[in-house]
Amino acid sequence: MLLYILRRIVLSIPLLIGITLISFLVIHLAPGEPTGIHTDLNPRVTAASKAQLRHLYGLDEPLPIQYLKWAWRSARLDFGRSFSPDGRKVTEKIGERIPVTLFLSLLEMLVIVAIALPIGILSATRQYSFFDKATTIFVFIGFAIPTFWLALLCMNLFGVHLGWLPLSGLKSMDYSSLSWGGKLLDRIRHLLLPVLVGSFGGLAGFSRYMRSTMLEVIRQDYIRTARAKGLPERMVIYHHALRNALLPVVTILGLSVPGLIGGGVIFETIFAIPGMGQLFYGSVMARDYPVIMGILVIGAVLTLLGNLLADICYALVDPRIRLSKER
Amino acid sequence: MKSEARGSSSSGRARSFWSQFRRNRLALGGAFLVALLFLVALLAPALSPYDPTEIDPEHILSPPHPNHWLGTDRLGRDVLSRMIWGSRISLLVGFVSVGISTAIGILLGALAGYYGRWVDALIMRFVDLMLCFPTFFLILAVIAFLEPSIWNIMVVIGATGWMGVARLVRAEFLSLKEREFVISARALGASDLRIIFRHLLPNALAPVLVSATLGVAGAILTESALSFLGIGIQPPTPSWGNILTGGKDNLEIAWWLSLFPGLAILLTVLGYNLLGEGIRDALDPRLRER
Repeated sequence: MLLYILRRIVLSIPLLIGITLISFLVIHLAPGEPTGIHTDLNPRVTAASKAQLRHLYGLDEPLPIQYLKWAWRSARLDFGRSFSPDGRKVTEKIGERIPVTLFLSLLEMLVIVAIALPIGILSATRQYSFFDKATTIFVFIGFAIPTFWLALLCMNLFGVHLGWLPLSGLKSMDYSSLSWGGKLLDRIRHLLLPVLVGSFGGLAGFSRYMRSTMLEVIRQDYIRTARAKGLPERMVIYHHALRNALLPVVTILGLSVPGLIGGGVIFETIFAIPGMGQLFYGSVMARDYPVIMGILVIGAVLTLLGNLLADICYALVDPRIRLSKER
Repeated sequence: MKSEARGSSSSGRARSFWSQFRRNRLALGGAFLVALLFLVALLAPALSPYDPTEIDPEHILSPPHPNHWLGTDRLGRDVLSRMIWGSRISLLVGFVSVGISTAIGILLGALAGYYGRWVDALIMRFVDLMLCFPTFFLILAVIAFLEPSIWNIMVVIGATGWMGVARLVRAEFLSLKEREFVISARALGASDLRIIFRHLLPNALAPVLVSATLGVAGAILTESALSFLGIGIQPPTPSWGNILTGGKDNLEIAWWLSLFPGLAILLTVLGYNLLGEGIRDALDPRLRER
């Protein structure tokens, strides 16, 4: 097992290098200078000061040298300083945002599993029933609905018209004056809409997926055997079938990491949540390229970690995987 | 004689495809929605009651009303007309970006599947690498440094969405290239190019068609999200996404700005998804049960 984990880690090193290379190329091969935002619109900037600025950021060196320097610094988690007026370290700026985004993604995953699992099982065991058909419609709508639109509608309904939930942010203005329970409630009220909206797309995909694996498992011989030896249906479904249908779940959860993180850009912006997505959007608008590159790398590394973790969990629960690969 | 035999078998396939497809009510519904979108986009000048960029200072943010069925935006522009013209953007973005991603995917997938060995290893590792990036991050990062024109957006969406197609085509090629008709073609001295384009690719296109149809839906969603965030299609050019931006800015007073364009996106994407799934089911009835 340890060997398998080690192998997986070693295999992801080239990917890691590739990630930095692509992040770098994306920014540097795109037309337009990263320093353009500071200089293009300012008539007082002379060619000399432009050159000075380029030199300051090392943009006058050949690309491979720039890449190596940048990659070496990135490897030590130093992405330089932000171009924005505060000029803070990129690592610092991203660092304070990551917990928010990870926490939200984790909550969304929990919601997805908690709701989609029973839906998938029920619609598989009652294939073609009313419930199955109703959830199929829900799934198709879930795939097709633009998340940001759903967010707008929910804000309109629950925030504006009914006034039940706050429209944005993570906490109220009077948060510090609230009691312990009040603080918790305040947090929940703020998180409810973003988490539900954020998990909607995943919910559809995951329940669909759960349904099809469950249907596949139910047709296996060992399920027929379990039924034939007279086990009650509950036992057959929840003990024999579900356990095996759950195996691929880990992988799917791992694969959903980039979607959740990437989707964060949209609803963190809409709900004004200070996460990585919102920072990324702001940096894109301001062409703050050290931050953009930093987030690009970190987002990809998080995805890589998600996949790695999923593979390891999968190998832990399913001995067939690690045995076949170790040979 | 060869072409005759092929012709009859392919028309037979088309017949069985159609007989499967038409029994699927959801797929027909999807085809209807897509056809409707085409029609609206085609007839936009005739259908839209107003010029989509015409500003009417007398009717700013007016709710739905017999003169303006779906209301007006903050400049007094007619929402219905803007949505009708916006359908052209959705159609264009969907097709061009999927065309780009499918072309890249077919090319790389074919190379990887046909040549195998290090070519395959290289291309597939590149696919793995691209899949590490949250797609939306990658798109935003590139767009940050480009003019936000519709062409740039289509190219960027296309260039970041080809990985699935590449994997599909590669898998098809891997299994097809061992088949007898390919081996006999090679024995007859057919060149690599001829084998790839005449023998392998036509047989691998069915799953690509399905993924392209679903891809159009994805591209439309991405474009609308970009436009909504203000880095996609720029006003005054109307797009469903940028009308929704107005809906967000006037959330408390103008619900019609956020309701209708989103509904249009939902129905369009739903249409393409249903159509894509319908094509898949009709091509391979064994999958129907799932």
